[in-house]
Amino acid sequence: MSGQFQLDGQAVPFEDGQTILQAARAAGRYIPHLCWHPDFPPHGSCKLCVVKVGGRHLSSCAAPAVEGIEVESDTAELRAERRALLQMLFVEGNHFCPSCEKSGHCQLQAQAYEHEMMSARFAYFYPPRPVDASHPDIVLDFNRCIFCELCVRASREVDGKNVFALSGRGIHKHLVVNAESGRLADTDFAADDLAANICPVGVILHKRQGFRVPIGERPYDARPISRVELAAGGREADE
Amino acid sequence: MGTARETADGREHLSRVVIDPVSRVEGHGKVSLLLDGQGRVREARLHIVEFRGFEVFIQGRPYWEVPVMVQRLCGICPVSHHLAAVKALDHVVGAAHVPPTAHKLRRLMHYGQILQSHALHFFHLSSPDLLFGFESEPGRRNIVGVAAAHPDIARQGVLLRKFGQEVIRATAGKRIHGTGAVPGGMNRHLAGEDRAALAAEAERMVQWSHEAVGLVKRLHRADPALYDGFGAFESGFLSLVRGDGAMDLYEGGLRFRDADGAIVFDHVRDQDYRHLISEEVRPWSYMKFPYLRRLGPQAGWYRVGPLARVQNCDFIPTPLAEAERREFIDHGRGAPVRATLAYHWARMIEMLHAAELIRGLLADPELLAGPLVAEGPRANEGVGVIEAPRGTLIHHYQVDDDDLVSLCNLIVSTTHNNQAMNTAIRAVADRYFDGRALTEGLLNHIEVAIRAFDPCLSCATHALGQMPLALELHAADGSLVDRLARD
Repeated sequence: MSGQFQLDGQAVPFEDGQTILQAARAAGRYIPHLCWHPDFPPHGSCKLCVVKVGGRHLSSCAAPAVEGIEVESDTAELRAERRALLQMLFVEGNHFCPSCEKSGHCQLQAQAYEHEMMSARFAYFYPPRPVDASHPDIVLDFNRCIFCELCVRASREVDGKNVFALSGRGIHKHLVVNAESGRLADTDFAADDLAANICPVGVILHKRQGFRVPIGERPYDARPISRVELAAGGREADE
Repeated sequence: MGTARETADGREHLSRVVIDPVSRVEGHGKVSLLLDGQGRVREARLHIVEFRGFEVFIQGRPYWEVPVMVQRLCGICPVSHHLAAVKALDHVVGAAHVPPTAHKLRRLMHYGQILQSHALHFFHLSSPDLLFGFESEPGRRNIVGVAAAHPDIARQGVLLRKFGQEVIRATAGKRIHGTGAVPGGMNRHLAGEDRAALAAEAERMVQWSHEAVGLVKRLHRADPALYDGFGAFESGFLSLVRGDGAMDLYEGGLRFRDADGAIVFDHVRDQDYRHLISEEVRPWSYMKFPYLRRLGPQAGWYRVGPLARVQNCDFIPTPLAEAERREFIDHGRGAPVRATLAYHWARMIEMLHAAELIRGLLADPELLAGPLVAEGPRANEGVGVIEAPRGTLIHHYQVDDDDLVSLCNLIVSTTHNNQAMNTAIRAVADRYFDGRALTEGLLNHIEVAIRAFDPCLSCATHALGQMPLALELHAADGSLVDRLARD
C-alpha cells in the first residue's frame, strides 16, 4: 500500500511502514537529524528531526507517514527550535572545533552550520569528562558525546559486544564503558567494530590518524550536510 | 632578582606613569614608569598582563591534536607554533627525519610565515614611526598615513604580506590556522596551480624585499645618531645556526654569542635546550624571564630574533641577503650591532632571505609529489626548536604510553626578549625622559623601543595605532597631576 502526504506544501509519496523522515529522504527531501541512522530503528532522542503535523510537534524519525497529512519542516519556527537544540548540545559538552580531528566530518558541527548557529547562546556547563585513551587503537573523548547511542546500538546489535551504555539520568547522563574498570582497554572492543566507526561527532576516534585528511577536504567542508546527504542518494554519507 | 631600575627604593613616594595598552604590537601589555620629584625615571617595567594557560590545558590531550591546538596561541605566527610542535612530535612518532617532500613543504610554509610576519611588522606597525618621526602627529602615525604619504611603500608592504599568506595557504590549507603539518610529515602536496601562481610573483617579492632593506639603510644613514644610539645596550645573542654556521630559520643547533660577539657555545642539540636555559618568575609580570643556566639570571639574559640571527650566523646562504648581511656587520665596525632600531634592518635582511628561499623552493618539483609521512620507533618525548619571526621558539612535550600529552613546556620568542625589552625601555627612558614634560610623543619613544622587538605579547591583536591610550601622571601623594588620552 502506498500514499502521499504534504511536506512544506509539496507532495511526498510513501510506502506503508515508512516514517515521515524515511519517506522524505527517499523523495530527495532533507529533514535534519543526528541520532537517526538508516541502518537502525528510530531512537528519537536528539529531536532535531522535529516537524509539525496539525499543530503538534513530532519526531519525524519515529512518526509513521500517514495519507494526506500536512507536515511542516523547513519553517522559520522549526529552524529556530532546531538551532536552540543544537545550542544546548554545544553548551552541555565541551566542543572545541578548532583542534578537533572530526572537524569537517562532524555532524553536530555540520548541523550548526546548516542552521546558521552563530553563538552558543546559553551558558557553558564545562562538564568534567576525562579522556579514555587506554585502548591501543581508539581514544574516547567523552567531552563531545551527544548521547545519540549509535555506538551503544552498534556494539550491542551488530558487533554483539555490548561495550557501551548510557548511565545516569537527566543532566547527569553520560556514556560509560562496560568493563569493571570502566576502561576501554578492558573490553574486547576492536578498531574495525561498527561501533568504532559510527560516531557522528568526535568521541570515538582512531588513534594516530589525526589531521591526515586536510581540513578543507572533508565532506562537510565543501558542502552543507543537507546536500552531502542528498547527493549520497538518500543514504547517509559514510564519513 | 632583577636589574637596575627594575624595582625602585621608596616606590610609594614616586610618581607613576602608565602606558596601557602598548599599541601597534601583537597582544596586550603595559608599561609603568616611576618618576621622582625631578622627573627622573627611577623604575621602568614592561608588564605582560594576559594569561593564556596553554601549557596546562594541552595536558591530557592526544598528541596529534597539539600542532593544531597550540597554533591558536597566535594569529600572526601560528605557523611557527604549528611547526615547532610537529618538529617536537616528529621525535615522538620516531620520524626525526621526515620525507624530503614534507621537509621542503614545511620550509616553504615557514618562509611564507617569516615573509608575511616581517612585512606586517615593518610596514604596518613600525614604518609610521620611522617615516614620520616618533613625535609626529599621532593621527597620521599608522599604515593609513603611510599609504597617503608613501603609497608605493604601503602597497609593497601590503602585497608582500599577502604573498607570504598565500604561501601559507598553499601549504597549510588556510592563511591562518591551517593544518598542513602532521607529526612525521605533511598532509598535502603543493598544488601545481598554486606553484605557478606563486612562482609568477616570486621575483617581484625578492625585488621589493631588497628595496625594503634599502629603505631601512637610508633611514639609518639619514640619522645615524638616532638609529645607532636609541635604546642601545649590550647583551648576548641566541639563535639556531646550521651545521656549517649558516643562517637556518627552520632547524639547526643552538649558538650563543656573548656581548662582545664571542661564541660561548655552539651547535647544542635542540633536544638539550633545558640544560642551557632556565626561566625565572617575577611577581609583576605573567611573562617569565629566561636566562642561561651557566651565567645565572643577572648576567645570563640575551636577545633573540633578527638582530641576534643576522649576527649569530657565519653567513646567509642566499646571495642578496648575504651581501646585505656583510654590509650590516660592517656597520658595527668590528663590534656587534647593539642598537634596538637595528632590529628593523636585520628583519628586512631576513625578509629578503625568505623571499630568495621561496623563489628557489618553488622551482623544486619535489614539492608536488613524493611520500609525505614517515614513522619509526615510538618515543615519549620530543623538543622542537624553530626560528620564528620574533626569535627562537621552543616546544617541548612528553607523551605517555596512551598517546596523551603529559608535559608541555613552551618558551616563545618574545619571552626570550623579556629582559632585553625591559632593558631597552629603561635605556630610552633614561635618555629622553629626565626632566621633560610628558607628551604622547615622548611616551611613544617607549613604544618604539618595544615595537622594534616585534613582540607578540599573546595572540594577534592588531592595534594599528587606534587602540585607546591613556596616560596619567600622579603626584607622590597620589593626586592626578596630568592626563593625556587618545581615544
